Amino acid sequence: MKAKTSRKPFRLTKKAFSVLYILFLLLFVVVPLVLILVNAFLDNDKNLTLENFKVFFSSSSSLVVLANSLLVGVITTLLCLIIGYPVAYILSKMSSGKIIVLLYIIPMGVNFLIRTLATKAIFIAMGVELGMGTVIFGMVYNYLPFMILPLHTTLAGIDKSYAEAAQDLGADKATVFLKTTLPLSVSGILSGITMVFIPTISTYAISQLLSNGKIFLFGDSIQLSFEQGMYGVGSIMSIVMLIFVLVSNFVMNKFNRNGNAVRRSLW
Amino acid sequence: MVKVKSFFEKFYLAVILAILYAPIILLIIYSFSNSSNFNFDKGFSFDAYIAIFKSPKSPDLWSAVGNTFLIATVSSVIATVMGTFASIGIFHLGRRSRRLVENVNQFPIINSEIVMAVSLMIFFVTFAFPEGYLRLIIAHIAFCTPYVVLNVLPKLESMDPNIYEAALDLGANPFKALTKVMFPIITPGIVSGFVMAFLMSMDDFIITQINKGASTGINTLSTYIYSDARVQGLEPFWYAIFSIIFVIVLAAVLSVNLVKISKQKKKDKEAGAK
Repeated sequence: MKAKTSRKPFRLTKKAFSVLYILFLLLFVVVPLVLILVNAFLDNDKNLTLENFKVFFSSSSSLVVLANSLLVGVITTLLCLIIGYPVAYILSKMSSGKIIVLLYIIPMGVNFLIRTLATKAIFIAMGVELGMGTVIFGMVYNYLPFMILPLHTTLAGIDKSYAEAAQDLGADKATVFLKTTLPLSVSGILSGITMVFIPTISTYAISQLLSNGKIFLFGDSIQLSFEQGMYGVGSIMSIVMLIFVLVSNFVMNKFNRNGNAVRRSLW
Repeated sequence: MVKVKSFFEKFYLAVILAILYAPIILLIIYSFSNSSNFNFDKGFSFDAYIAIFKSPKSPDLWSAVGNTFLIATVSSVIATVMGTFASIGIFHLGRRSRRLVENVNQFPIINSEIVMAVSLMIFFVTFAFPEGYLRLIIAHIAFCTPYVVLNVLPKLESMDPNIYEAALDLGANPFKALTKVMFPIITPGIVSGFVMAFLMSMDDFIITQINKGASTGINTLSTYIYSDARVQGLEPFWYAIFSIIFVIVLAAVLSVNLVKISKQKKKDKEAGAK
């Protein structure tokens, strides 16, 4: 009994170890996000206003940039899925797949700026005109590993007896795939989609570099608004981006509890 | 039939792999050409590598490399210390508050980098933080620490709580129980958290670019690459630098992961033997 009471104060101090970090999170993570919310309602002289919303939703250019980003995001995500699923599927059937998949993941470790500049240099040397095509190539090239990794993790984790049972019960190969493997890999597909789609629409610099400044995506216009001192409009854009992030994360958590762990499991 | 199919499968894997590595391999090959145009008109040479040290841009380049390591070292050390203690604290919080803190801890990870970058920028401007290293190091700590927590917390969870209690029962004071019993058990998590924080900091471009401030002239390697290559395209010495980075990263990722896999295999074998 006595021992227990003497231990209790230390329990309290152990809790207290988290105080510094909680304060840090409040100050440098929560407050900055609150400031974005606040700035959406302020004009340049710090007066309350709804003008920023009007500017954002009535200016065709910012909406065109948003629509463009969504389009590039959807195309990139679909291409990554179409290219990446077979890779992950074939690897999941191979005994050495776990090691070979590394080869597809490794390029992720090289800074995206360096990879993008390398592809750009090659496009220029080949005489390919920089534009939408090269931007989408660059995006797929950059984010394909983010699709293959969660897909492979999910596909490799599927119990083979499901497919075998379906086969034993008379299903042909296509039916086995469509009715067992594909439905069982939905969580991997969804986390792959979010891991490609969100970074693609919020990317900064890649599309500018690969299109010689012709194609401007949402991440670029967020940065540009702040650079030009338009904090209000920039804040609204950031909020739009945040909504995408939160929705996609909600979907991902619903289907795949470890989705975020996959994101940085490279090391 | 089966053979044809498996040939197509292997062929497909090889094609995708070739496309993924083509830019990297081409860059490495032409780093020995001392040309920016992917030709060997000037013959084979190490000039691009020599230019890393002898180019008029070398001083800027090396100061950028120095800054990258400085910022990564300082912020990952602070992130590791803060994150480790935070994890112990979070682990002992009540269920509700623990969940809340863990959710906020997730935020820098799930948030898009550009939003995190501009939110910090507004914050620094609003509260008039001095431009320069202070802003950068705070920003880097903010996005690195969550990874430390994510690496340490699972180790605390898998730790047998009785071991710590036993240490106390055997007469260790709480401080000793912490340093002699708890820390050794969670050390693998602390180390991997530190490595991850360091690499994340080294790799960062967006948050640094937006928070470095125009007037300070501070560059890390990635922001210097951006400012230099955006304007005139890649000079030959960048080919050399990129090649070196490629080789280091490929070797590092490959060896880290192979060690991981062989450890896992050993574990599986041991589990199988039981």
